[in-house]
Amino acid sequence: MSPPEKQVIPQSRIRNFSIIAHIDHGKSTLADRLLERTGALSARDMREQVLDTMDIERERGITIKAQAVRLTYRAADGQDYLLNLIDTPGHVDFSYEVSRSLAACEGALLLADAAQGVQAQTLANAYMAVEAGLDVIPALNKIDLPGAEPDRVAGELVNILGGSEGDVVRISAKTGQGVDALLERIVAEVPAPIGDPDAPLRALVFDSHYDSYRGVVCYVRIVDGRLSTGQKIRFMATAEQHDANEVGVLTPVAVPVAGLGPGEVGYLITGVKEIDRIKVGDTVTSFVNQAQEALPGYSEPRPMVYSGLFPSEGDDFERVREALDKLRLNDASLVFEPETSRALGFGFRCGFLGLLHMEIVRERLEREYDLDLVTTAPSVAYVVTLLDGTEREIRSPQDLPDPGELAEIREPYVRAMIITPTEYIGTIMELVTSRRGDLANMTYLGPERVEMDCLVPLGEIVFDFFDVLKSRTRGYASLDYELNSYRVSKLVKVDILLNGVSVDAFSAIVHHEKAFNYGSSMVSRLKTLIPRQLFDVPIQAAIGSRVIARETVKAKRKDVLAKCYGGDITRKRKLLERQKEGKKRMKMVGSVEVPQEAFVAALRVDD
Amino acid sequence: MSPDSPELADGSAALRSAYVHIPFCERVCPYCDFTVVAGRDDLYDRYLEAVIAEIDAEMPWGPLDSVFVGGGTPSKFGADRLNTIVTSLRDRFAIAAGAEISLEANPEDWTLETALELRAGGFNRVSFGAQSFEPEVLAYLGRIHGPDDIAAAVESARSGGFESVNLDLIFGSPCERDWRGTVMAALDLSPDHLSAYALTVERGTPLSRAVAAGAPAPDADDQAAKWELASSLAEAAGLVRYEVSNFARPGHHCRYNLGVWAQGEYLGFGVGAHGFRNGVRRRNVRRVEAYLERVGRGVGPVQGTEDITGWAAEQERLMLGLRLAAGVSRGHGGRRLLETPSGKRLLEAGVLIDGERLSVARPLLTDVVARAVLDLGAPEDWLSVSHPER
Repeated sequence: MSPPEKQVIPQSRIRNFSIIAHIDHGKSTLADRLLERTGALSARDMREQVLDTMDIERERGITIKAQAVRLTYRAADGQDYLLNLIDTPGHVDFSYEVSRSLAACEGALLLADAAQGVQAQTLANAYMAVEAGLDVIPALNKIDLPGAEPDRVAGELVNILGGSEGDVVRISAKTGQGVDALLERIVAEVPAPIGDPDAPLRALVFDSHYDSYRGVVCYVRIVDGRLSTGQKIRFMATAEQHDANEVGVLTPVAVPVAGLGPGEVGYLITGVKEIDRIKVGDTVTSFVNQAQEALPGYSEPRPMVYSGLFPSEGDDFERVREALDKLRLNDASLVFEPETSRALGFGFRCGFLGLLHMEIVRERLEREYDLDLVTTAPSVAYVVTLLDGTEREIRSPQDLPDPGELAEIREPYVRAMIITPTEYIGTIMELVTSRRGDLANMTYLGPERVEMDCLVPLGEIVFDFFDVLKSRTRGYASLDYELNSYRVSKLVKVDILLNGVSVDAFSAIVHHEKAFNYGSSMVSRLKTLIPRQLFDVPIQAAIGSRVIARETVKAKRKDVLAKCYGGDITRKRKLLERQKEGKKRMKMVGSVEVPQEAFVAALRVDD
Repeated sequence: MSPDSPELADGSAALRSAYVHIPFCERVCPYCDFTVVAGRDDLYDRYLEAVIAEIDAEMPWGPLDSVFVGGGTPSKFGADRLNTIVTSLRDRFAIAAGAEISLEANPEDWTLETALELRAGGFNRVSFGAQSFEPEVLAYLGRIHGPDDIAAAVESARSGGFESVNLDLIFGSPCERDWRGTVMAALDLSPDHLSAYALTVERGTPLSRAVAAGAPAPDADDQAAKWELASSLAEAAGLVRYEVSNFARPGHHCRYNLGVWAQGEYLGFGVGAHGFRNGVRRRNVRRVEAYLERVGRGVGPVQGTEDITGWAAEQERLMLGLRLAAGVSRGHGGRRLLETPSGKRLLEAGVLIDGERLSVARPLLTDVVARAVLDLGAPEDWLSVSHPER
């Protein structure tokens, strides 16, 4: 394919923007509508939610991967504008990806459901956009729904962003109502990118993905200069030099172009196959005419939650490594290092942005890479100070030093922002307190909606806080959180022993007041999960050498079929073969056979 | 010879046996998953004819060391028909002098006349489906007879000249109150042989549907305790346990069954019957109509065959032999088992004993060992080595 005609739309008519919205508030539908309105898709290509390319995204109805689409829009002034829509994820776990997407934009649409109102994530992302200096256009979606309260929600948006209710665009992404007005607002209000076409090239890598044929595909936003096909380029952070084998735009179909100028958004293929060599957040410059200064980098993604991932079959270790390597290319926030567990064998300690992120990674590994995994209890990173004054970060309960060597343990606290109808304030206070949290501040967004600002240990949030919050408020409360501080806490490590052997996968660092509860619930749960063995199996919870809870799985007494005569032999052998298959998924812990499911089930938390 | 002696077990491998299946029952018991049919007494004569035809079509073999007529309820079939079958077997294969000729019987069908007639026809061992001496348990199991019928049946068998009398018992019904009472009542009748089976919920039976719908199921721990009680009471009465569920006075073990467990050969006749000869197991069709139709057409009732040779035969030798109190010679399979982690764990836990022979010290865990045996892969040189122990 030959590159199309040189772009005729000047930099002044480029608009780069994102859509910020809560899950299910209609971002993907609006994106589809924008693509349709600007003729980016033929009817044949049109399928629902085109921007969400991964199966998981479609099934969960959320967007994980940011992508960029170029749209050409003829505005009411008769001029053609080039709109780059940069898709962003909407879940609390992915605020890092949101920040990268926002860095490639000059403006953002803040989209709120006219029935459900502003949610905590929307608010957090809106603040992020404002802090990044973006112009934010407030919009209400789903105004055609029977339960819509556009005036009330418009009031909330004004409370957050300022301005007047008249500034809020009212649309229905489903029917297309108001979408033209919205396009006009984008053209009118999102600033054109400023960037010097004559300066040395500086382009921001704001995302990447791995294509098995083309290798690493980088998504770039040109800030200064020009990125041309065939150009020798240099990645400033990694100091890697490559050729720009192909430069193109997504319409959303990938279309190669001769080059991209300031303000433009597109993709770059260098032929690099090794997934570690390109760093999202890096600045691309020209090799011959290098920029002096890299663009302000992104904040490095900071994992909030750690968990061990172990292959069910020990020999899958290398396959897990390859799969994680590939996933990391698409997901710069995923970090991992090898870990050895006595109970589970060889695996990886992985850091995630949050629980949803963890679940998505696990699901993608199992689905896209056909792996069978055991996931250990999520843990946060603690900072310990030893008696000799040295500090250490602890990401796995296994690594916690002996209590005798410890001066103190500090745990991460988050600022949790909860938006809720006022009737649930009491319920939420109760939940927050039970999770060792405190209310710091409360702001009314309207007569019936309130924002509660709380300080809560992250370790108390990562398990199931969000689920419990949702169920206690019938889904009305929303949550966002950010790391706030590290504070000294009285934390202890609770070990679980099977037949006297500590099962590292079940160890947890918990607050000392909760140790007994954790221990006894784990022990009684395991009692129901561990099949009877040839001998009695004591299950104990212990802090150091002090046992705090104990149960016993009594020895199996009978495992034999009463009859085995001439006519039964084949049938009996087949029955035994089937039972044997069930045994395959057992892990040996010391001399105890533990079913694979027991690890998963024991670590599943219910309230 | 004591029923649990290794010489007896190993010697039984050389026995030649015949099994004949009589599927007819007065009604079908809710736990039963055998090949049975109720309410088709009209088929008796056609069935007899077909069994005889099947016997006559079999290749010459023999002489037979044991004959076992099982069911179903053979005693319902009528003494003259049963005797005719024995005659056919004798004509076709010859029956060795002193052979065991055994049948299964329900207490309610049994009279002194029956006993005398069958004895005259050559039968010398009878196995009564006593099951329990508790009326509630008998009702739960769908049995027609009462406890008194059992005593009467044993009495007539003795008077009729039967040399060996067995009682079958089933323990662990959820409504069972007095298992000890049942065992004691059975032992009071001085049986020569006792089979005590744990009630098992088999797939596809009315019992399994009832359990699936919420009816109480037998409890494995309760059954374990009852098995232990039965074992100690039986042993105290002079009955020696020689298989997981079977006890006998010396000289009164069931030769037919011991032959099966020792991998001896047997022919199977009748609907659903299995035979095992020359390393091939064959099974007959399971539906009575199909059986009659096929034999009538002269195509034979065999529905399928299975080769039990090589490593599979070695695994079955262990799987069956380990059910015996006498255990089994170690052989290639046993040695291999002892090398595996699971074999070592079984030794450590005291389930498996590696003595003169390999045996299971905790018979109620036999299937744990059997699964480990079935998990063994054949040694690479299996086909090239000779197998003197076989």
